[in-house]
Amino acid sequence: MDLAVKLIVFLPLVAAAIAGLFCRVIGDRPAQVVTSAALLIAAALSIFVFVRIGFGPEDGKMMVVKLFDWIGSGTLDVAWSLRVDTLTAVMLIVVTGVSSMVHVYSIGYMADDPSIPRFMSYLSLFTFFMLMLVTSDNLVQLFFGWEGVGLASYLLIGFWYDRPSANAAAMKAFIVNRVGDFGFALGIAAVWMLSGSVGFHEIFAKAPDMAQMRIQFLGMDLPALETACILLFIGAMGKSAQLGLHTWLPDAMEGPTPVSALIHAATMVTAGVFMVCRLSPLFELAPVASQVVTLIGAATAFFAATIGLTQFDIKRVVAYSTCSQLGYMFFAAGVGGYSAAMFHLMTHAFFKALLFLGSGSVINCLHHEQDMRKMGGVKEKAPQTFYLMWIGTLALSGIGVPYILGHGIGFAGFYSKDSILEAAYAAGTQVGYIAYWLGIIAAFMTAFYSTRLMFLTFYGKYRGDHHTWDHAHESPAVMLIPLYVLGIGALLSGLVAYPWFVGEDWEHFWSHSIAVKATEGVLHGMHHVPEWSSLLPLVMGIAGIALSYLYYIAMPGLPAKTVATFSGLYRFFFNKWYFDELYDAIFVRPALALGRVFWKVGDGALIDGLGPDGIAARSRELAGALSRFQSGYLYHYAFAMLVGVAAAVTYFSWLR
Amino acid sequence: MSSWPILSLVTFLPLAGAFFCLIVNGPKEAVDRNCRSAALITSLVTFLISLVLWAQFDPAKASYQFEEKLAWVPALNIGYHMGIDGISLFFVLLSTLLTPICILASWESVQNRVKEYMIAFLVLETFMVGMFCALDLALFYVFFEGVLIPMFLIIGVWGGKRRVYAAFKFFLYTLLGSVLMLLAIIAIYSQVGTTDLPTAMEKLDLPFRWQCWLWLAFFASFAVKVPMWPVHTWLPDAHVEAPTAGSVILAGVLLKMGGYGFIRFSVPLMPEATQYFAPLIFGLSVVAVIYTSLVALVQEDMKKLIAYSSIAHMGFVTIGIYVMNMQGVQGSIFQMLSHGIVSAALFLCVGVVYDRMHTREIDAYGGLVHRMPRYAFVFLFFTLASVGLPGLSGFVGEFLVLVGTFKANTWVAFLAATALILGAAYALWLYRKIIFGELTKSSLKAILDMNGREIAVFLPLVLITLWMGIYPASFLDPMAPAVDKLIGDYNAAIKLAHTASLKP
Repeated sequence: MDLAVKLIVFLPLVAAAIAGLFCRVIGDRPAQVVTSAALLIAAALSIFVFVRIGFGPEDGKMMVVKLFDWIGSGTLDVAWSLRVDTLTAVMLIVVTGVSSMVHVYSIGYMADDPSIPRFMSYLSLFTFFMLMLVTSDNLVQLFFGWEGVGLASYLLIGFWYDRPSANAAAMKAFIVNRVGDFGFALGIAAVWMLSGSVGFHEIFAKAPDMAQMRIQFLGMDLPALETACILLFIGAMGKSAQLGLHTWLPDAMEGPTPVSALIHAATMVTAGVFMVCRLSPLFELAPVASQVVTLIGAATAFFAATIGLTQFDIKRVVAYSTCSQLGYMFFAAGVGGYSAAMFHLMTHAFFKALLFLGSGSVINCLHHEQDMRKMGGVKEKAPQTFYLMWIGTLALSGIGVPYILGHGIGFAGFYSKDSILEAAYAAGTQVGYIAYWLGIIAAFMTAFYSTRLMFLTFYGKYRGDHHTWDHAHESPAVMLIPLYVLGIGALLSGLVAYPWFVGEDWEHFWSHSIAVKATEGVLHGMHHVPEWSSLLPLVMGIAGIALSYLYYIAMPGLPAKTVATFSGLYRFFFNKWYFDELYDAIFVRPALALGRVFWKVGDGALIDGLGPDGIAARSRELAGALSRFQSGYLYHYAFAMLVGVAAAVTYFSWLR
Repeated sequence: MSSWPILSLVTFLPLAGAFFCLIVNGPKEAVDRNCRSAALITSLVTFLISLVLWAQFDPAKASYQFEEKLAWVPALNIGYHMGIDGISLFFVLLSTLLTPICILASWESVQNRVKEYMIAFLVLETFMVGMFCALDLALFYVFFEGVLIPMFLIIGVWGGKRRVYAAFKFFLYTLLGSVLMLLAIIAIYSQVGTTDLPTAMEKLDLPFRWQCWLWLAFFASFAVKVPMWPVHTWLPDAHVEAPTAGSVILAGVLLKMGGYGFIRFSVPLMPEATQYFAPLIFGLSVVAVIYTSLVALVQEDMKKLIAYSSIAHMGFVTIGIYVMNMQGVQGSIFQMLSHGIVSAALFLCVGVVYDRMHTREIDAYGGLVHRMPRYAFVFLFFTLASVGLPGLSGFVGEFLVLVGTFKANTWVAFLAATALILGAAYALWLYRKIIFGELTKSSLKAILDMNGREIAVFLPLVLITLWMGIYPASFLDPMAPAVDKLIGDYNAAIKLAHTASLKP
């Protein structure tokens, strides 16, 4: 087992190093083979580890492989180690599963790119950092993985470095994430100060004590655990693109589409959700922080869905949908439904990666066209992609048939989204109800915009230029096979995994990897919510699809009319609630202006002016003035001497 | 080993190389070639001997090791006292590592007065190493001031267009502080009757008022060296005008003299004043971090940008020292070592393109990745180390300082942590401007990637940066006893003063 875990984590690193450092020696094809093979092996091993950990005996539900010491200073002690429990095992499946599929898909998608080894190397490097993140046994290694995936994301968003927009988006992603990391780092410092440790085991043992403590933070006297959790959550907000720190995610679509699928849909952006679940023993004891998580999550789920309604770039629609779905996961975690959050994280990884890679297939088909206004009728040219995309769309919309086979039967999202909304309702608190209703509205919008994407892309008549249409073609097998694999996941993962994640087997499955008490409360409550509240998400999903059908198939004139009627609201949504403009005005431009003032006025005029340059200038003047006394005329000197003698005589005669 | 004066050997061996350069004669080409080789060999041998120092160093001990003690001016009780502990050990290693790298980096770029240049660097190495080994105030002062002379010449003779202005600014600033420090040393001497540092630490018992004056006098000298806001303006000018290797030593070693001085002298000799003035240090450092980071955002000159970023990084160092807990102080020392490697490497990166294009203007570049993939990798690596990416050296120091500071004062930690955001902004902006984008400028179309010599310069720095980031224990463990003792003595002194003040 130890060896398997080490291989899972380090094979991608080795592959990345081989592909990255020796790319010119080994060439394109070996780079693809090495990285993809490494990931496929890692994925196979992950399934093995998942089965052993998730369904093994109770005493083998958690293992820690210590590698070596990292940072030791006084009482601070951090080690490199790999921790695997059920929570990690689920993430291993998600990360290696999606990553290996994306690796294979990239062989086809990036076939014409001049920098294939670099791309494959970055993908594998990303996977390594993500695996270090999910297997960390302490907050600092979590931070290592956290920043590492940020780096990989930066490199991959800016992969096409000739494009100024890609470079800008890459920088934006890194810097906005750093804002979150600023909170995360302070949160680690706070936890360490309170508990004397950064290791999960020790922190969780101290959590009840921390809940009683108070902390002096920025001159305020605050409850200690709440403060620490909120600081840590700021980190999660950055990485998972939650309201306020979300602005980088849509821009991140500048990266190649496989990157969007892997990093900006299935894995990295879910790291924040993972973090909250990993730290659930802390959050469970911090009710205020949990409410903050719930409200931010619910607001994001709603807010991002409103923007998704109006976008025309196929990838941006999916990106906003990701942002919105992450909001669902957060509010589930916020009300204590950690297992529901993880359930949706897992199903979402499959169907969202499917949607992104499917979009990539469409983009590839239409010769790099991403604007849905220039698409239409693509189902003719790419029938397999079309059906697979429908699976993803229905999974995202949460469609299924209730009551059959106990829990009903349906696409993956049907189970997980329902679980989340039921959890929110079952919480029975005010914020729980707010989250439930925002989630219900967002579910309606989700179904609407995702089927809108389908209708605009695949139905009707083609609206682009004919040259492209003539060359449009279905994607090659190397791209379609990963789509099928993910399609199976989007079809079945909910049905299969329901009993383990939130159903009858949850206790044995999760063991102690998430906060048991809160989870138990929520899961128990979920079985007693009113009938209508658990059916409403499905009704909303169907209604959303129906409305979308009305708008884009039955009465195609309707969208324009609606836009004209609600033009103000439309512009507000279309321009993403003006967040970019706002941040530019209150952060970016003032920072640059201040920098210029400090430089020219502060350093230049004041410090240098009064300091060295000023002294130099004054001493030159003084020297000039003094030299005027040296006039060379005898009577000047004689006069000066006379004055001097007079002064001396006066001084002595008066004072003595 | 105690019989072997190994510290003196490491300190003065470079002078032997300098002497060889001095007497070498013949046609210019031959002299240049011989001087280069002699300087490289001497500095490499010095480095190897300093590695022996590390190998022989007992990491469990807090006391000074490899001590040498001779009477120097017996009449005045001034001694030649050398010795290192876990703190100074790594600064000695940093100095001996960077010198051969500097000489290698100047191999082709310095063509005029090669002989004098090499002599200046070797003499500089002697002074730097001596300063970190000196355990006598007078001896320290001699080395500390001695460093200025070759550095002044390196900037003033081999520098850029405004080199004379920069050299004088550098000299004036540092001289002003030094004079006050000399007064403070004389005052200490008048109290204890010797300039021997360990003796002074034991015997010196100054009233609080006196401690404050002496602390301020030392502060004047060290703050300029760090440099702390607002006495930092010499640094950007000095860096911009200095030749590449001069910048490397300036950023790599000279900036550490201030932080080292605080740890070696200010804290143990004047503990009460240290506590009293800590808020002043915090204030100035936080201003430095935010102010200089913002200034770095709008720079147009590559070297100036890195210079300003250095000031921000050194702000972390001064904060860490004055929070006076294990994590803070160890973090500071680690941050100094890491910055010594990383900023040195960044200035070398600037040097690589400066040697080819003879401009440091950011706008003159763009799209270098197309022609220089190896360079793009190295530059990215050190940019990331500089922004404190975990796994590279910059993170460890920053993180330790941050957690140490959080314990002491959350406001300081909060404000200093903004460097995380601003640092990423200016560093990535610089990288994007230089490396990314299309290669459109015709002047850059024929630019060549790094050659073998340049790779040889960077490779050790890359490996050390990784080592320090992944397994920092090699560096943190040997310094721990010395830092522990420093903090223990400090706390004891504060406690003593506190109980004394309570007595009637």
